[in-house]
Amino acid sequence: MTYITKPRLHHPTLPINKIGFTRRDYEGKISTLCAGCGHDSISAALIQACWELDIEPHRVAKLSGIGCSSKTPDYFLGSSHGFNTVHGRMPSVLTGANLANRDLIYLGISGDGDSASIGLGQFAHVMRRGVNMTYILENNGVYGLTKGQFSATADAGSKSKRGIANTEAPVDTVSLALLLGATFVARSFSGDKKQLVPLIKAALAHQGAAFIDVVSPCVAFNNHSGSTKSYDYVREHNDAVNRLDFIASREPITVDYEAGEVASVQQHDGSVLRLRKIDPGYDATDRIAAMHYIQQHQAKGEVVTGLLFVDPETEDLHAHLNTAQTPFNRLGPKELCPGRAALDKLNASLR
Amino acid sequence: MKPIEAVNDFVVKFANVNGSGSASANELFAKSILRMGVPISPRNIFPSNIQGLPTWYEVRVSEHGWLGRRGGVDLMVAMNPQTWDRDLKEIDPGGYLFYDNSKPLPKSKLRDDITVIGMPLTEMCNANYTDSREKQLFKNIIYLGALSALLGIDAGEIAQLIGEQYKGKEKLLKPNLNALQMGRDYARANLQCPIGLRIEKRDAVGNRIFIEGNSALALGCVYGGATVCAWYPITPSSSVAEAFTKWCQKYRVDPATGRNNFAIVQGEDELASVGIVVGAGWNGARAFTATSGPGISLMMEFIGLAYFAEIPITIVDVQRGGPSTGMPTRTQQADVLACAYASHGDTKHVLLFPEDPKECFEHAAIALDLADRLQTPVFVMTDLDIGMNQRLCAPLEWDDQRAYDRGKVMTHDELEAGKDFGRYLDVDGDGIPYRTLPGTHPTKGGYFTRGTTKDRYARYSEEGAVYVDNVQRLLKKFETAKSLVPKPVLTPSKVPARFGAIYFGSTSPAMQEALEALAAQGIHVNALRVLAFPFQDEIFDFVASHSKVFVVEQNRDAQLKTLLVNDAGINPASLIPVLHYDGTPITARFITDEIAEIVAALNVRPIKKDIKKDKAA
Repeated sequence: MTYITKPRLHHPTLPINKIGFTRRDYEGKISTLCAGCGHDSISAALIQACWELDIEPHRVAKLSGIGCSSKTPDYFLGSSHGFNTVHGRMPSVLTGANLANRDLIYLGISGDGDSASIGLGQFAHVMRRGVNMTYILENNGVYGLTKGQFSATADAGSKSKRGIANTEAPVDTVSLALLLGATFVARSFSGDKKQLVPLIKAALAHQGAAFIDVVSPCVAFNNHSGSTKSYDYVREHNDAVNRLDFIASREPITVDYEAGEVASVQQHDGSVLRLRKIDPGYDATDRIAAMHYIQQHQAKGEVVTGLLFVDPETEDLHAHLNTAQTPFNRLGPKELCPGRAALDKLNASLR
Repeated sequence: MKPIEAVNDFVVKFANVNGSGSASANELFAKSILRMGVPISPRNIFPSNIQGLPTWYEVRVSEHGWLGRRGGVDLMVAMNPQTWDRDLKEIDPGGYLFYDNSKPLPKSKLRDDITVIGMPLTEMCNANYTDSREKQLFKNIIYLGALSALLGIDAGEIAQLIGEQYKGKEKLLKPNLNALQMGRDYARANLQCPIGLRIEKRDAVGNRIFIEGNSALALGCVYGGATVCAWYPITPSSSVAEAFTKWCQKYRVDPATGRNNFAIVQGEDELASVGIVVGAGWNGARAFTATSGPGISLMMEFIGLAYFAEIPITIVDVQRGGPSTGMPTRTQQADVLACAYASHGDTKHVLLFPEDPKECFEHAAIALDLADRLQTPVFVMTDLDIGMNQRLCAPLEWDDQRAYDRGKVMTHDELEAGKDFGRYLDVDGDGIPYRTLPGTHPTKGGYFTRGTTKDRYARYSEEGAVYVDNVQRLLKKFETAKSLVPKPVLTPSKVPARFGAIYFGSTSPAMQEALEALAAQGIHVNALRVLAFPFQDEIFDFVASHSKVFVVEQNRDAQLKTLLVNDAGINPASLIPVLHYDGTPITARFITDEIAEIVAALNVRPIKKDIKKDKAA
């Protein structure tokens, strides 16, 4: 980690986005993670994605659990409200926050211990409920803060820094998310910003449960040979099914694609996902085929990345619950209290 | 044995089989007495079961208006062969037994010190109905008809109630009325009517209403402005969330858009439920969860977070018998300490103790205000006895001028005007800081909420002085809470008394009755009902002004007493626990006997006797 304070001054030539912010305006405090940590690259990708999407930083609520990954919301979008909740329970807090004010953008940051070990239950149920959020799992297969124990996403047979092989089967969060009804499922690699930034943008635009599993090597405890979550391993085994170009609804489409090479998916908010296919047979709108593909390729030791599944016509929890458009936190007695006359009438019916 | 003679003052107990449809007939019985202007207090004694196990419904008829459980049974309506022996045993000498004599019972199965009233219910049903479910359901209505004749209940009132129940379902109305008449006719033709127990019309109910505590509590959440409810099913609290759903569908659907001004989520467990409430509270919506003891245990970590990060949440604890799974369908007040000090580390929480459905309604709304004002968890500590039984109580009231107290929330304009925002800064000296809601201002007011220790500006710090500063402020905030929570209520003795009694929650009706019974024995006691924790000075003054104070509770370990001793350094020797914890609601008889016995042991002669002796001298 770095000890110097970030200078507040911006370089005058820094580019600004449509709402007048530079990328620096999306930054947060200086990271306290180890130099080279994959998580910092994810924070940088988040900053880039929000800047490119012209999101007002304070309209994002950042929620996390406990662990290295869950510390990162302090390191980006410094003007946003953040909430470092309890271990493995970020999804429920995010759900409640989302119910209270449907107008904000909800970003959930978690790790593999937080989501796949202690928080597997909440991870599963938040996907089932279709909470409108972007859920990023910074996946390094190891507990960093407590110094190197395996997490539940560590592959069977992968080795710890001390050379001990993991004997337990891994939890595959991507397959789980697909199985449980997440409507946007992707996997990426912290070392591939070009792939990750458009995925985050598409997830933020998605109006339902969007999940991105980002393999994010732990340089301190899980970046050695024998690990399947190291920079080298992921680079060698990265099986990207597609490359995503995210086009916000208000942007004109200028890129030309060759016929047959690209699949276009329009999301509910009007944004367009242009998927340049790497595997020509891969259909990112077919949930069952996606699950099949992922299982098949992971069995061969490959790390399947890209936009794995999207259901563009999804409904979120608010739609399921038929909630009012006005955020609950703005409602007062006028909307919420039935008043004395109604109570008098009710009293009369209880005699 | 002379049969018991009583007008408007007796206990009828129904012994039934769970799932046999008796509940609705029994409720008709209870309500018909209410409609005759005579107060009643019914209680369900039910198993953790859906069908087949024994269940009881006990109706105390009390013209005087005593609503606590009395104890003892004057008339047993024994409809469950499984529990025959114990049901028979429970009848007071001189009491009455009503049973189905379709199958003759040997005399050895009966008692000779009670009046036995047999009626061939099964035979009658077999003769009149072919469908087996009908045979079972109408049996309940037939015995209801017979009881109305035996006790002198106005059959018109029952018919009226059946009419209200089956309004719009005329097909069901007629057969029910026929069954009622069948029972009545049989009783009048074959049994001696009325028996020694009788209902006579009075005007003793007044404008009181008849409602379950859980239902009233849920309505209080509606009136108090809760928009988010997250819960996990658990007896005896499930009906809070279910009632909230019902009330919201009635009162909270926007008529213009058809959209809901509420969100109810059945969580995957209690952890998720309270987590949702924490998230909603953090983001400025009023939110609550309802649970019971085992759920409280599961919520501990989040309760600590909400305490330390200062997030408003409301938790309804409908207490049942603990520990562990304990007695899921029995009542206790045994979560007092678990809630007062919930979670690890140094914590203290605001507790409210409603005494009846009316206070359940009021305390729910107060809790939502307090949670916002104090930015902390607030517990409404009700129990199964109040929650799952219909209880007679004063009509619910609401002042339309009442605004919601949203507490200290800094607005966009205040931030814009340059007001200093420190999330944990004690600006007003009351220990309560200002908070901002997410999304308020583009550049000001954002902060990072966490369960780790932090300074006044919400910056992470594990420095000792910073930590102490913060937790001392939390203590100051708890001190402030004293001035905001409902005050204790005193029932003064009619003559100067050296004994005091402290009680709370569902003990209330039994306590009031016990005070009168004790006074009749010459034992005079000032009684103070505690409505909340933290305790106000009035409570300490009360203890200080009596030589001994009984602390009456429904738990084994004298939890409220422990809290009194621990929180204010009250000398334990001045507090005498009176503890009832077998899972049944506490009775006036129990309190009276316990206190009388202790008083005798303390060698205090009742005042009355002293006076008599003086006169004799």
